Amino acid sequence: MKKSNMAIGLSEEQGMLLDTAREFCRDRSAIPAVRALLQSESGFDAQVWQEIAELGWLGVAVSEAHGGSGLGMGSAIPIVECMGKRLLSTPYITTLLVAEALQRAQSHALCERHLPAIVGGQIATLALLESEDWGEETIELTASDAGGDLQLAGSKTQVAYAAQAELFLVSATYQNEARLLLVPASALGEGAVRRQTNIDETRRSSRVDFTGATVSSDHLLSGDAAAIIRDLRLLGALLYAAEAAGSTAACMDLTVDYLKTRKQFGHLIGSYQSLKHPMVEVLCDMDNARSFVYHAATLVSEASLDEDAESACRMAKAQASEALKFAADRAVQFHGGMGFTYECDAQLYIRRAQWSQQAFGDAYHHRKRLASLLLD
Amino acid sequence: MSDHAPSASELADFRAEVSGWLEEHNPADPGFLLPQTFMEVGSDQQLDFLREWQHKLWSAGYLGVHWPEQYGGRGMHPAFQNEINRELRRHRTPITFNVIGLGWAGPLILDIGTEEDKAKYIKGILSAEDIWCQGFSEPDHGSDLGNAQTRAVRDGDDYIVNGSKIWTTMGNYAKYMILLARTDPTTKRKYDGLSFFLSPMHGTGIDTRPIQKITGEYGFTETFFTDARIPASCLIGGEGNGWRVAMQTLQYERGAAAGAAGGQVQVRVSIADLIDEVRSVKRDGAPLLEDPVVRDRLVQLIMDEKALGLADKRSTLGDLNSDYPMSLLLSYKLRVSEYQRRMRQYGLEIQGGLGGLYVGDEDTIAGGFWQRAYFNNFATTIGGGTSQIQCNIIGEQVLGLPKS
Repeated sequence: MKKSNMAIGLSEEQGMLLDTAREFCRDRSAIPAVRALLQSESGFDAQVWQEIAELGWLGVAVSEAHGGSGLGMGSAIPIVECMGKRLLSTPYITTLLVAEALQRAQSHALCERHLPAIVGGQIATLALLESEDWGEETIELTASDAGGDLQLAGSKTQVAYAAQAELFLVSATYQNEARLLLVPASALGEGAVRRQTNIDETRRSSRVDFTGATVSSDHLLSGDAAAIIRDLRLLGALLYAAEAAGSTAACMDLTVDYLKTRKQFGHLIGSYQSLKHPMVEVLCDMDNARSFVYHAATLVSEASLDEDAESACRMAKAQASEALKFAADRAVQFHGGMGFTYECDAQLYIRRAQWSQQAFGDAYHHRKRLASLLLD
Repeated sequence: MSDHAPSASELADFRAEVSGWLEEHNPADPGFLLPQTFMEVGSDQQLDFLREWQHKLWSAGYLGVHWPEQYGGRGMHPAFQNEINRELRRHRTPITFNVIGLGWAGPLILDIGTEEDKAKYIKGILSAEDIWCQGFSEPDHGSDLGNAQTRAVRDGDDYIVNGSKIWTTMGNYAKYMILLARTDPTTKRKYDGLSFFLSPMHGTGIDTRPIQKITGEYGFTETFFTDARIPASCLIGGEGNGWRVAMQTLQYERGAAAGAAGGQVQVRVSIADLIDEVRSVKRDGAPLLEDPVVRDRLVQLIMDEKALGLADKRSTLGDLNSDYPMSLLLSYKLRVSEYQRRMRQYGLEIQGGLGGLYVGDEDTIAGGFWQRAYFNNFATTIGGGTSQIQCNIIGEQVLGLPKS
């Protein structure tokens, strides 16, 4: 086994973002506000989204030349962790990833055209997944030449905030190669977006049928699309891991508060070791998830992710998925009869845990790839 | 001890010198299993080997180099000892086994002992001539040190000691014991009635009974005091201050800068060792490491081990510890000991038929290292407060859950 990279740090900027985000997310996303959005169409508060843009958070990883602050993807991690802790769901992660793809592809014209708008709050979303299989490499959606333009055929699933997005970053097979291209919402046909029902009601996603959509060929991103897709999947895994680490802490706090106040058989139930000890396990899992998340945040860079960064992102996602799943499962159980009700906030976390674990690959998906990296 | 902090180049030169020496003198495999920790010294053969090794290391000038020259050290800056410790680890040398002397009693005596104490004890600790043991735990009180009931009653120039201590590491080999005993049973706070002694182990009324462990080996004794007379000059830190002195003693373990003489306290066992050693093992007619279930489990263990290292570094980043400030520090013992238990247990499980053999059989992997390592690891999940007690402490102090 080769020597392990153990870098972990927190830059001054990351520390400041952590402070600001902690306060912002607490103020804007108290539980009643989260619940009020569950049944809404968009799933997020447009006003809060605008504030996020004004804070410059959509541009933390965008170069200064395009209106961002150029701090790198690692700087988005504390923000996303805080959003996770307050269950603040917005198109933030998916929009960040589209901006990241444009920069990684070094498609200057596309960057010039789209990044400033994205930094300003234009919603962009990723359309990569075609089935339940996060490990599928073949792209069924095709782009073909049609009189100087490109015409698409095929559909994508779990496209986040598709109904609100103005811009889609779509993976396609073009001339037998994997490519990425930008598709404006205006290019989609009537009824192309079918909203899906998400197990986590703070999320929004759709199945999007791109068949018949036509864009000019300058919408194709340059660069090695397969490599960019690989990096996007790793960064997506890291971002959802950071969010899950935050949600795990919040879920733990919820349960701990209940164990400190609920009495049964004459004792506070938190004094019983059968409840206390699993909570310590939740704490340790959460701590490990945070360590991996900030380790990965230290290693990711603008360059193509190296093996150490890949390994760190995968570990972060594997650990955080399991941590949230366990914390949420115990949250429902330890709340007893209340925990079984929709009214109890434990439901928010157990639903989120199921959604988050699959996003950008579940724990086993990542461990399987880690095995190749670490054992062969 | 020199106050002058050495330059990076001085340290690098010194390190190279130590490394050169170790390349020549790091002992070859003696042909029998060596202890991974000082709690596992179970035979005269192991003892003689380790005693000779520690003596050799000290004679070469590589142990307790920051301790005063007149007592057997070299009066150097602690940074030099840290360099030596790193080299010992890197060369995977045998342990410096006189741990209670080097890491607990020695620094304590140097801190608060009399001139006479220092002259009498320190050199023997470094040279391994005098082996030390620790008498804190008692049969009925496990982790609850403050409740120690062994009595020491002043009688003229002596104390008369009655009671028993358990889990005395190397009790059968030790010449001295650091002993926590109750000199006053009437105090309001139980801690205030305790006193700390540098007690002889050889004398009328002091007996040891070896305890055979699950490994089949020895390493601990139970120690009985029956009207044992020890000189009053053995008292250190003053009567009634035993608890404070005991707590001070525990601080030295944290390294050379904290006062410990250094050396190699334990042979670290890593998942990397396990993976290397099972490469040749077969399962279903193919290499074990191609089995997807085994691979998944190994990755989980690799992650657990890595998380420990990352947590250690993260605990120094204030902004990433503000939510649950004591979490990483208080849970370290639990996480590391439980990880080692799981990892070593798995190290045995994946050996197939070979996991059914034991130390002494020539067909075992690495002489039965994993079999013994797994069993011995219970010393860490039980000793120093069981994992279950650790969970109570963490649950109550970090999460604020009500007392059990």
